[in-house]
Amino acid sequence: MADQLIHVENYSFSINNNSILNNVTLSVHEGEYISVIGPNGAGKTTLLKCLMRIYAGGTGSISISGKPIESYKQKDLAKLLSYVPQGDSRNLDFTAYEFVMMGRYPHMSPFTSLGTGDKKAVSDALEATETTHLRDRYLNTLSGGERQNVFIAAAIAQGSNILLLDEPTTFLDPKHRHDIHKTLKRVNCTQGITIVSVTHDINSASLLSSRVILLKDGSVAFTGSPAEVMCNDVLEPVYDKEFLFTDHPSTGRPVIIPGDITL
Amino acid sequence: MKKTTILLILMLIAVAVLLLTPMIGIKVITPGDLFGASELNSDSMDSYIFWKIRVPRVLTAFAAGIALSLCGMVFQAMFRNPLATPFTLGVSSGAAFGAAVYMLAGMPAALFGFSGFFGFSGISVFSFLGAMLAISIVYGVTTLKRGFSTSTMLLAGVAISFFFSSLILFFQYMSDFSQSFRIIRWLMGGFEFAGYDSLLNMVPFILIGTAIVLWNLNELNLIATGDDIAVSRGVNVRATKTILFFATSLMVSGVVAICGPIGFVGMMAPHICRLLIGTNHKYLAPATLIFGGLFLTLCDALSRTIIAPAEIPVGVITALLGGPFFLWLLLGGGEGRGMLR
Repeated sequence: MADQLIHVENYSFSINNNSILNNVTLSVHEGEYISVIGPNGAGKTTLLKCLMRIYAGGTGSISISGKPIESYKQKDLAKLLSYVPQGDSRNLDFTAYEFVMMGRYPHMSPFTSLGTGDKKAVSDALEATETTHLRDRYLNTLSGGERQNVFIAAAIAQGSNILLLDEPTTFLDPKHRHDIHKTLKRVNCTQGITIVSVTHDINSASLLSSRVILLKDGSVAFTGSPAEVMCNDVLEPVYDKEFLFTDHPSTGRPVIIPGDITL
Repeated sequence: MKKTTILLILMLIAVAVLLLTPMIGIKVITPGDLFGASELNSDSMDSYIFWKIRVPRVLTAFAAGIALSLCGMVFQAMFRNPLATPFTLGVSSGAAFGAAVYMLAGMPAALFGFSGFFGFSGISVFSFLGAMLAISIVYGVTTLKRGFSTSTMLLAGVAISFFFSSLILFFQYMSDFSQSFRIIRWLMGGFEFAGYDSLLNMVPFILIGTAIVLWNLNELNLIATGDDIAVSRGVNVRATKTILFFATSLMVSGVVAICGPIGFVGMMAPHICRLLIGTNHKYLAPATLIFGGLFLTLCDALSRTIIAPAEIPVGVITALLGGPFFLWLLLGGGEGRGMLR
């Protein structure tokens, strides 16, 4: 299929003899907004890292834009895919501008100065994530939400068509979570960038995604539209917990409401 | 201050240091002594000391400073750890081990016509092999298992460092008095035997190593932010690290073979420069290599003047100056920039 950007077939991966992914088969089409959900330890992060070839090896096949992932140089892969890692406290002594500019790496060679194309891509990315005012701030001085936005800007500046995100909103307050979701929705709708986002936020997955992939114990347990996923027949066996659903008052999409806690 | 301004100032200081330090020593030799009334009087001795002894010595110290501090910067970026240096990772002791082996076993070999490879002296080649051996063991151990943490890698480096140091001690113990003294003096580090020959022997190692490092500054920036980010931006992290290990082994062994292991420059210079100019390696690398060069040259000038006519090994000076200064940095003198927070 021409519009199949990512195709994973019977892919298994293990770390130090612990099997993390088991016979995963899935595909991602152009323009989709996919949320990957599942309990802790289901292999969501590992799946993203295998797609980005941060982890290499494994059995089965992964193809990107119709070609096997092994056939790409890392630089060429980075022109097709970009990745936003899980938020963490790594010490980054770079300004936001420097960091986003580093996203242009796949298009740079040593010693050549930055072209106007690179500069434009960076300022566009800063604009798209509403972080232009942060450009000269050091990443270490930014709040978690600002920092996450800059990370997304760097991934957008990379100029790839597919954005892989690992729990982009997990540690953020509601306002910043909303801002990030808006940014993602916008680049998805206006720039046609395909999004694969790993998340624990099932409600946002339901409200934002065109399709949801449910992982459990390293395998795909279910894949379908938010409406198909958001029911206890699908979610209860995966999360080992019963959920209460209601319809969102404005979009009509199903969302989970917190259950009563009884002792 | 702008980063380019800081670089310019560093460069001017370096030029001043390079011009002034050859004049300092047991006897101060001024340009007047060299060029003034030279034709008639007996100043040819001054001229000899200046051009044949002090100038090559100053240049050797400067080159060694460049190499050691640049290696420190590369290791700190690759391991994302402020303690990573050629010393803590065992590269220095590997190189020292190789050189010690040559001092004991290579000397007899030289009698049978062995004197080096492709114009490089035997001691440099042995030293390089030792450095490569050490770094391959450290790197090899950590690639055996996925998910090795940086601190584990540093510990592996420390273990290997001790291992090689003990081997050197053992060799010393087994060797006769004069060989043993030679090794001890060399282990203290210093430039008093530096001449144009040894300088020329060292320069190719440092030039190639420095060129490789400067060629990989974009990669270093990304690796400093994390291997996962670097890979996702398109850096071939494994290949980059391998070539940088090769480059640092070249530089460290080039220096160690001639000057012995000189501590602290490699750890300190990059930290000080990060405080001055930030972590962006496009600026940090030039700053570090200039600063490392001028710092070691100054230390050497001190080492031959403080208790003149005797000399203090330069390694003693770098550690005596570096230790307290480093503690000051750690205690907040650096305002929490760079890797120290």
